[in-house]
Amino acid sequence: MATEATDATGGGLVFHPMDQFIIKPMFGDGDIGLFTITNSAFWMILAIIVIVALMVVGTRSRAIVPTRSQSVAELAYGFVYKMIEDVTGKDAVVYFPYIMTLFMFIVTANFLGLIPTSFTTTSHFAVTIILALVVFLTVTILGFVKNGAGFLGLFWVSSAPLPLRPVLAIIELISYFVRPVSHSIRLAGNVMAGHAVIKVFAGFAAIWTIMPVSVLAIAAMYGLEILVAFIQAYVFTILTCVYLKDALHPHH
Amino acid sequence: MEGSLAHIGAGLAAIGSGAAAIGVGNVAGNFLAGALRNPSAAAGQTATLFIGIAFAEALGIFSFLVALLLMFAV
Repeated sequence: MATEATDATGGGLVFHPMDQFIIKPMFGDGDIGLFTITNSAFWMILAIIVIVALMVVGTRSRAIVPTRSQSVAELAYGFVYKMIEDVTGKDAVVYFPYIMTLFMFIVTANFLGLIPTSFTTTSHFAVTIILALVVFLTVTILGFVKNGAGFLGLFWVSSAPLPLRPVLAIIELISYFVRPVSHSIRLAGNVMAGHAVIKVFAGFAAIWTIMPVSVLAIAAMYGLEILVAFIQAYVFTILTCVYLKDALHPHH
Repeated sequence: MEGSLAHIGAGLAAIGSGAAAIGVGNVAGNFLAGALRNPSAAAGQTATLFIGIAFAEALGIFSFLVALLLMFAV
């Protein structure tokens, strides 16, 4: 980001579109240790502060006619609550706090990442793979705790013909273990690709002849990215609900 | 401009994005076709629509990942 020099004579990118994803210490230079506040850590902490401000401070007054922040918080609450009820079922409402936390963290991190010159924490696989692995482990352990060995019925498709079932079991097993990978890469890949595309168009803005097209393209991509930031958080949460449903009701 | 076989591979991997675009278009188009036939049932199926789009899109993102790995990790 520091190398963004304008190059009016044109030709090529003067900065690399992936430079925005470099992790570096937020305050000062030096090596990154275990407790260094990097830009990634800084924006994650900021996301948590924003969530607390919205959900705790915003709803403190409990007004009957809500203020702006209270109605946003209530909207988010109702949205996630309805999603769990619709996808997972009424008995899964006890897991609401976890899914709400997941949704709020991802959606806030995505939107904070859209502020120019900020850092998008959810564009890193290291962040999203932890979120996805925790979901994967929770769901697997919960499945075995709730159903015992009956959870393995998830892999034994009883509606298929008997000779086909072992083959299907292997396929189901593979697709089960690919879940955390696809779950995390979907979020990180979408967010990272969108931000990289905006940066590529920003590079073309340095060339005078195509500058108007480039500026229009940046505005259009930014609008799309606002949509993607929300939809990817929604998709991550709804897939968590789907996996949770598989754990609670593993019968095909 | 200098390049290497890895760059050609990255370009070829980007074809996968187009394949994912076909998949996502298929899901969304069929949803719209069904929704226009029976609009009253459409509202309850938006979650299914997004799950379908997400699964179709994930494979396109995988090809994007292969391209990135070829560009920066090989």
